[in-house]
Amino acid sequence: MSSSHDSSTIGSALVKRGLADMLRGGVIMDVVNPEQAKIAEDSGAVAVMALERVPSDIRRDGGVARMSDPEMIQGIQAAVTIPVMAKARIGHFAEAQILEALDVDYIDESEVLTPADEENHIDKWAFTVPFVCGATNLGEALRRIGEGACLIRSKGEAGTGNVVEAVRHLRTINAQMRRLQSADANELFALAKDLQAPLPLIQEVSLTGKLPVPLFCAGGISTPADAALVLQLGAEAIFVGSGIFKSDDPERMAKAIVEATTHFRDAHVVAKVSTGLGAAMKGIETASLEQRLAERGW
Amino acid sequence: MPRVGVLALQGDVREHTSMLERVGADVVAVRSVEQLDDLDGLVMPGGESTTIAYLLTTSDIRATLEKKIEDGMSVLGTCAGLILLAHEILDGRSDQWSFDVLPLAVRRNGYGRQISSFETLVNVKGLGDVPGVFIRAPKIETWSEDLEVLAFHDHGDGEHPVLVRRERIWGCSFHPELTNDDRIHRLFVDAL
Repeated sequence: MSSSHDSSTIGSALVKRGLADMLRGGVIMDVVNPEQAKIAEDSGAVAVMALERVPSDIRRDGGVARMSDPEMIQGIQAAVTIPVMAKARIGHFAEAQILEALDVDYIDESEVLTPADEENHIDKWAFTVPFVCGATNLGEALRRIGEGACLIRSKGEAGTGNVVEAVRHLRTINAQMRRLQSADANELFALAKDLQAPLPLIQEVSLTGKLPVPLFCAGGISTPADAALVLQLGAEAIFVGSGIFKSDDPERMAKAIVEATTHFRDAHVVAKVSTGLGAAMKGIETASLEQRLAERGW
Repeated sequence: MPRVGVLALQGDVREHTSMLERVGADVVAVRSVEQLDDLDGLVMPGGESTTIAYLLTTSDIRATLEKKIEDGMSVLGTCAGLILLAHEILDGRSDQWSFDVLPLAVRRNGYGRQISSFETLVNVKGLGDVPGVFIRAPKIETWSEDLEVLAFHDHGDGEHPVLVRRERIWGCSFHPELTNDDRIHRLFVDAL
């Protein structure tokens, strides 16, 4: 009988990117306690992001936002069967080490928390657990991938309930990828300099027309229509933070966004799930913001 | 040319689609019940089994698909797909349902959380070594004797089946679609 014995490798790029591939077409929901995590799972979330405060509360409360209490993360891990992600501060590799020790499934090196290092991001190659990072443009995305990120999410502007920045960042990344595709080989060196990104990654994107890792969207998605919009703009899955648990009826909103994410090209389905949903989160006009989280990270 | 559907509600649909096209299938993305018509086979991809199960219900696909499988449609399920085909799900949600067409009990995330996800070579009957990518993979813990086991893997706790078949239903705990090796997809499509 055929059999294989154990000579296996953990933490390879394929295995780390593979989990991101499995999340495609899904919704990753911010949750602050096991009860919310259960609602997210019941509503069809592919994963949850465990954090102490959703971005809109971080924005309101101010102060330094840090990694969540391990007890809270473990409570959420015990409550659900789907992957559990958690956030570390930009550059705070010790927080990331703790999250890896806690066996979280993905670490988000996130601008939603207060950065710990204003020059350097975490060396993500040094970890077995995979990382997701935010980006506002292609250069930023490729720098993060160069540092070992296995999944990129367009940043948007977290905690605003306003999708305008998410759209801006997705469109920017897509436009810059199209520019690389149409460039000839001689132009790629200067483009790598302009985008401040590693040349081999620039060359790869020029050939394939897509990022070497999946591209998800975050920051400001708060209705099923927002989900359908960003998926049609090329996002492969979405992160929803404040948009669910700051709405009138979180369970219903969560289910509606999940269905709109699957059927994003079918306006009849999106119309159906959008009907009678109650109020979405109130939201903030981004021009009035004092602090733009998307500007954190370099 | 065989017509093969890929259940496209959530998960790594694109990889299965390109593998199936490589081995000569005409591929249909299945998101609604009409798209199940006139298929010779169906692939249930990797993804989150709870999410796919939820969407099968809300998209009104579940009952029709159940009937099609009963009437003899061939199905290959990888990872989450294997869970959806299993007789019994261990460590699942208390209300997690399945199509119950493979006589085995599978433990969700039986090989551990993401940090334990691994790559290895899997020796498949008739094919030899095939790359096996196991991501938060389900582990087949018990199985009936009339299940054909095409490959076992020993992850330090004895041999567990990782590629199985009963007549027209195939289950795989790893992800052949994430590699460049199309032999498992070819095996499935050639048997249609």
